[in-house]
Amino acid sequence: MLDPISKILLGLVTGFFFGFFLQKGQVTKFSVIVGQFLLRDFTVLKTMLTAIVVGGVGVYALRAMGLATLHVKPAQLAAVAIGGLVFGVGMVLLGYCPGTGVAAAAEGHRDAMFGVLGMFAGSAVFAELYGFFSATVMKWFDLGPITLPELTGIPSWLIFGCLGTASILLFLKIEKLERR
Amino acid sequence: MNFLKHQRWSPYLVGSLIGILSWFAFVTADRAIGVSTALARTAGMAELTVAPVHVQTNPYFLRFRPAVDWEWMLVLGIVLGAFVSSRLSGDKPQTDVPPLWRSRFGPSARKRYAGAFAGGMILILGARLAGGCTSGNGISGSLQLALSGWVFFGSLFVSGLATAFLIYGKENSRA
Repeated sequence: MLDPISKILLGLVTGFFFGFFLQKGQVTKFSVIVGQFLLRDFTVLKTMLTAIVVGGVGVYALRAMGLATLHVKPAQLAAVAIGGLVFGVGMVLLGYCPGTGVAAAAEGHRDAMFGVLGMFAGSAVFAELYGFFSATVMKWFDLGPITLPELTGIPSWLIFGCLGTASILLFLKIEKLERR
Repeated sequence: MNFLKHQRWSPYLVGSLIGILSWFAFVTADRAIGVSTALARTAGMAELTVAPVHVQTNPYFLRFRPAVDWEWMLVLGIVLGAFVSSRLSGDKPQTDVPPLWRSRFGPSARKRYAGAFAGGMILILGARLAGGCTSGNGISGSLQLALSGWVFFGSLFVSGLATAFLIYGKENSRA
C-alpha cells in the first residue's frame, strides 16, 4: 500500500459518496452521456459546472485558511489538448467516462463492464508508449502546473464570480429551452 | 429517508454535493478526486501476475506504482456507492443495448460490447496522455482553476460534440 491505513479508509468513504452521487445524478446512463454531446440532455454540463463552482470556491477558501493545498496538474498543452480530443471520441463510443463507467458497471450495465476492461487494456498499452510520449508530446508547450489566476493575474475570487454568474445564466437558458 | 430511494436527484444538487466532497478530499486526504490513475495501477497489478520483470522496469509503472493507494480505494468506493444507490431506488439496467446505439448499430449485444471495449481503450489513452479524466482534469483540475483542467474540458467537449454528431447525426439531436 502506498498510503497509511487511515488514508486508505478515507479514500473508500470518499469514493462511496462519489459513486452514490454519480448514480443519483444519473450520469451512469449511456443516454445521458451521449445525450449531452447531442445537446439533448444537459445533465453532464449542469453537474460538472456546479461541482466546479461549488468545489472551487470552497477549496480556494480552505486554502486561504491554510486548510488545503492545491494539486495542479502540469499544463502540458499539446498532450492535454490531444488527450482531451482522443478522450471525447472514446467517451461517446463508450457512453461513459472512467468514473461514471465504473459506477455504471456497479449498477449492472454490461457494456460498462466491457468498457472498464477496455480501460485496463488501454492503460497497459499506454504504459508501453509512455517512454515515447513523455519524451515528445508531453514536453511540447509544457507550461508546468499553472493556474488561471497565475497565468492571467486576475484574482481567483473574480474568476469564480464571473464563472458562477455565467453558469447561472447558462442554466437559466438551458432550463428555459428544456421546458419548450 | 425517502430521498435515498429516489431514482434521480437534481444535477445541481448532485454537482454541489460533488463539490463539497472535493473539499472533504482536500482537507482530509490532501488529495483531489480522480479515477484514471487508479485504473492504470490496476492494469499494472494484473500485468504483474504474468510479467513481473516487465512491469518492474517499465518507466510508467515506476512512476505510478501498481499498488493500492487513496485513489484506488476511491474507485472501489465508487463501485460500492453506485451499487447501493441503484439498489435503494431499484434503478436497474433495462436493456443490454442502449436504444440510441441500437438505432445506429443494430440490436447485437456483442457489437455493443466490442464498441464499449474499444471506447474504453481510446478513452483511457486520452486520459493518460492528458494526465487525467473527467474527474481528475475536468472537475478537480477546473475547480482548482488549473489551466490543464480547462484545456481538457474544452477539447473533450469539442471532440465529444463532433464525434456524437458524426455517429448519430443531427436527426438524433434537438439542436
